[in-house]
Amino acid sequence: MSVTSDSEAYPIAQFRKTYFEECAELLDALQSNLELLAGGDEEDETLHAIFRSVHSIKGGAGAFGCTDLVAFSHIFESLLDALREHKVPATRDVKQLLLRASDALADIVNAARLEQPLPGNFAAEIRAAMQDSLQGSVDAPVAVAAQSTPESDVAGGEHTYRIVFRPHTEMLRKANEPLLLIRELCKLGVLTTEVDSAALPALEAIDPEAAYLSWTFTLETVASLNAIQDVFEFVEDDCDLKIEQLDIAPEPAETAGSDPAGAVPTATGPAPAQSIRVDVDKVDRLVNLVGELVISQAMLTEQGLSLPADQYPTLIQGIEALAQSARELQESVMAIRAQPVKSVFARMPRIVRELAATLGKEVRIVTSGEMTEIDKTVIEQLNDPLTHMIRNALDHGIEPPAERLADGKPRQGTILLSAAQRSGRIVIEVSDDGRGINREKVLAKAQARGLVPAGASPSDEDIDNLIFLPAFSTADVISNISGRGVGMDVVKRNVQALGGRISVRSKFGQGSSFSLSLPLTLAVVDGMVVSVGDETFIIPLVAIVENLRPQAADIHPIVGRGDVLALRGEYLPLVYLHRAFAIGGAIADPCRGIVIIVQSESAGRVGIVVDELLGQQQVVVKSLEANYEPVDGISGATILGNGRVALILDVGRLHEIDIRGTDSRLPLPETSRIEPAEDMTHAA
Amino acid sequence: MAKRILAVDDSKTMRDMVSFTLKKAGFDVAEAEDGKAALNVLTSGKFDLIITDLNMPNMDGISLIKNVRAGSQHRAVPILILTTESDGTKKADGKAAGATGWLVKPFNPEQLIATVNRVCP
Repeated sequence: MSVTSDSEAYPIAQFRKTYFEECAELLDALQSNLELLAGGDEEDETLHAIFRSVHSIKGGAGAFGCTDLVAFSHIFESLLDALREHKVPATRDVKQLLLRASDALADIVNAARLEQPLPGNFAAEIRAAMQDSLQGSVDAPVAVAAQSTPESDVAGGEHTYRIVFRPHTEMLRKANEPLLLIRELCKLGVLTTEVDSAALPALEAIDPEAAYLSWTFTLETVASLNAIQDVFEFVEDDCDLKIEQLDIAPEPAETAGSDPAGAVPTATGPAPAQSIRVDVDKVDRLVNLVGELVISQAMLTEQGLSLPADQYPTLIQGIEALAQSARELQESVMAIRAQPVKSVFARMPRIVRELAATLGKEVRIVTSGEMTEIDKTVIEQLNDPLTHMIRNALDHGIEPPAERLADGKPRQGTILLSAAQRSGRIVIEVSDDGRGINREKVLAKAQARGLVPAGASPSDEDIDNLIFLPAFSTADVISNISGRGVGMDVVKRNVQALGGRISVRSKFGQGSSFSLSLPLTLAVVDGMVVSVGDETFIIPLVAIVENLRPQAADIHPIVGRGDVLALRGEYLPLVYLHRAFAIGGAIADPCRGIVIIVQSESAGRVGIVVDELLGQQQVVVKSLEANYEPVDGISGATILGNGRVALILDVGRLHEIDIRGTDSRLPLPETSRIEPAEDMTHAA
Repeated sequence: MAKRILAVDDSKTMRDMVSFTLKKAGFDVAEAEDGKAALNVLTSGKFDLIITDLNMPNMDGISLIKNVRAGSQHRAVPILILTTESDGTKKADGKAAGATGWLVKPFNPEQLIATVNRVCP
């Protein structure tokens, strides 16, 4: 609907927001169905679905005055309509055109959403190509929809009309009510009505659904003939209608018979998944509440363990049942947040298409496992790393057609994008059948940059992993396509920020395969529970490389930098958690405690000194920002089964804290550390 | 008692807009996202008018109209179809299937109310 000035309180902004949210879904659906079509699926239902997406986008666009969008989607829709009616054949060229048009449509939708004007010639070439395809069809293209401006309803002065109106039974069957039409006529002027009931049979012979009456109206009005005809607009095919102007030379104006056109075939596909829209905040609240519930349940379970089972059998049974239900509830709630990776995957074919065209390569992308579900927050942050990996595969992996033919490979390269769920994690793989990693070149480059000592002979795997080093890719990208100032190191960092891991397998001359392993959710973390003095901390399992108890000879103090641990020829900074967080009663000597080696992108390998390991556990992450305030070195908190709060370490930031702690501590005797805090308390 | 209208459209935007306008005008509005869902909703009570989009998944507007007209409870209920100016033969197709009238998209709230009043006794 277009907005009118007097529609106060009409929440157009809200409708607009809904519309563009819907557009995003429609564009995703359009994209996937076009991919199906391009892949050879020419089922009617696919063609109808493609048409519907564009049709719905156009429908809303008109309501919000997005004229560019209406104009473009109109041509697009006309072509799709011709296609589904088989008036235009679905040739390879047409399919390619549709894909390009879909890309352009996405851009136009985006511009409309941001209310940014587009250049007048935007996608002009695609529009022209679509028009051309339509020209060849049986039906000539329809002109771009314009709001038809009705002719003046006032015909200059008052006239008298005679209207003869005889409804067909069909008209009544369609629930058109003669009385309502008569009321409409009344609104136009002075109406005299004469009813002809001659056809009315005897009462017992009356078919209650049949039409027996007809009318002759005399209407004195200033309204035009058009306005009168409009009253009968809905029924003109289902009645005999004659309208004549009595005060000029009579001229039969309008008669109409019935002309029922062929009916559209019914489309009955598989039953849809019923769904409702829910605010993400509500779901998050639910996730949080379930988190609390699981924690309470864990506390109960721990208490329950200390009870003699023979004295409280039902209580213990109840606690066990509660544990089971709580776990199922948690899984179900997490499943609400889960979405298929399809929404991210659907964007990749366009990237491949555009980039392949730019690079002069021929590449197809094959996706599988699109319906694999993963937490919404993970999905949202998956786009960038995935895009980069795809770009990388296209740019560095797939060879130009000539080179591929020379190597005995098919002209067209293939990128496989797949998702699957494996043991509580989701694994996304991007493989190409390109040239693979050139280890000689990579090693030479790494040596030139001093990343690998000259003369060292690292394993193939080590060489492959060099491409994830920050210094490797950012400084000098081999081309400007996948470069753009971002390298695989950034991909790795993004993936790690999601609690994920990335690895690469490659065979020179045969292709590479990157594998992303991601947690299903960010709301739960696999952690190592460690103790430091009386405190308990959680270290995310993904960050942990190994645990060890060092020899005294391996610990070396470095002035101003704290201690380092010598480990297989490498020197790792040691972080003493009890110092960083000022915890008393902890083991200060790493040789008597445990050193946990963690790896993070920002700090590299670091050894964390703790008292002992308490075990591995899945913990529900509680935000410190939301419940307290951000704390350096801590990414969140959780509540353990015994009811105590444990902090989850942010291993990437720990090193800085301990260094700061060490620096401020060094010139001072141990006891004076707390004095500044006390001073502040007094001052306050 | 307020008249009950069933608004059928696969686009939530459209349903929201139609619902909002009609509710503000004092109608009682139910929504359905396709023809099948609409038939389900229709079994839940008596409706005075159905407004339906034509292009919908699962069951399109034309099939919905045919189903309603072939049924018993709502066979005499007015049905308005939503079309666009460019749909061409759609109005005729809708009428042939048994639609009472049509509303051309995009429409403003006043046009919607006026058209509803034209067909809803």
